[in-house]
Amino acid sequence: MDAPTNLLAFGLCLIFLILVPFTVAGLALINAGLGRSRSAAHAMTTALCVMATAMLTYFALGSAVQGAHEPPLWNNGWLATLPSKNFFFHGISWDQPAAAQILLPLLGISLASVVPLGAVSDRLRLGAACASTVLFAGLIDPLFLRAMARFGAFQDAGGSGFIQAVGGLTALAFVWLLGPRQGKYAHGGMPAAIPAHNQVFVLFGCMLSWIGWLGLNSAGAMMRAGAQAEQSILVVVNTTFAAAASALAAAATTRIRFRRPDASLVGNGWMAGLVASSAGCATLKPATATITGIVAGVLVVLSVEWFELHLKVDDPCGSVSVHAVCGIWGLLAAGIFAERAGQFTVQIIGIATLLGFIFPLTYGLNYLLNRFLVYRVSPDGERQGLDLHELGADAYPEFVVHADEFLQR
Amino acid sequence: MKLGGFLLLLSGWGIVVAALTLLHGHVVAPFIYAGFAVEILGLVLVFRGHLPAAVKLG
Repeated sequence: MDAPTNLLAFGLCLIFLILVPFTVAGLALINAGLGRSRSAAHAMTTALCVMATAMLTYFALGSAVQGAHEPPLWNNGWLATLPSKNFFFHGISWDQPAAAQILLPLLGISLASVVPLGAVSDRLRLGAACASTVLFAGLIDPLFLRAMARFGAFQDAGGSGFIQAVGGLTALAFVWLLGPRQGKYAHGGMPAAIPAHNQVFVLFGCMLSWIGWLGLNSAGAMMRAGAQAEQSILVVVNTTFAAAASALAAAATTRIRFRRPDASLVGNGWMAGLVASSAGCATLKPATATITGIVAGVLVVLSVEWFELHLKVDDPCGSVSVHAVCGIWGLLAAGIFAERAGQFTVQIIGIATLLGFIFPLTYGLNYLLNRFLVYRVSPDGERQGLDLHELGADAYPEFVVHADEFLQR
Repeated sequence: MKLGGFLLLLSGWGIVVAALTLLHGHVVAPFIYAGFAVEILGLVLVFRGHLPAAVKLG
């Protein structure tokens, strides 16, 4: 990772990094809005606690596993330097601009740790979410960063891989380990529609995420792809065009398939475009960023439908489709549209590491942890809603809610 | 089927890592793509392995 070298670049980078938490706020709003009203406060509380756990775990353990502030580790053999001496950010010179390089993985991993929550909303216990985050932020995501540090040519400036795809694949592992929500699949396997409780939250969350993503991709381009400060304009244009094209493509696809645009899928399309834009935000041209967005928009709609109908993956927020599928598409697109020969193969190595190493690792570790610390809330708690069951108070105490008419009896 | 799928995922990654570590020149890329293809096969198996469980739990 390149540290910003001059004062202007350092200042600009710091401003971009400070915008990144908007992404987490947006994602938390989306997760809460797409879940049920009886678990809304729980969704926001879990996002906050998980983010806090991720940051403290990265501070204590993750940065050492990643080797975030060391010279390239692979030159000396990575096993020899694991674990390193840099636990608790030991050895960082805080009066040097180079210290800023710790912020991108810190904020990125905290964002990635919120991604899986959307896939298992309404059924994941708060304590289990925090415990699994310790594994995620302390080991799983830092190991991917460490593994890919060897391939300097691997393009993942804004984190389509190390933030989105790692989070999305963990979401898939969570869905499989916890199973679908009560009443989601009838005996014939047909899914019941469990509607989102607040579409306004979802769409506002998308807009909030856009602000954060501009910062994330711009900082990532400078720190992970060696982009100059002036190139931030291109990064902002690429990010915005990809999101815009993706949202419109998702709207058109849902219009064709369901005869009217679907609000939550248009929101998912917007997010899919942002996710897909991240990997190649520094190298794509506006036209290729738009193409990347269009493909992401179509892909996310088809993928959400395919996962729910055919693969029986109950993912209320479409986290697997948005973050895993479109994150991997973003990595591929960065290779397809690259001017450098051989870039596509490098991107395939990164995706192969995600699927062949990170995914089995996250599934296996969470499977073991689930044996000791049950992830899923009790059936009564799920019926009651996680707000009352785990927090003791509803998000909307004055509303008459909890209609179960959509459940198949 | 699940276990088989995960083993294929790991094997595919093993092929990719082995190709990068042991081979040089033009032969590296075909082995990387072969390893990736093995991973895709593993992913299909993992998905198929999780299908009955998903329907039963609902």
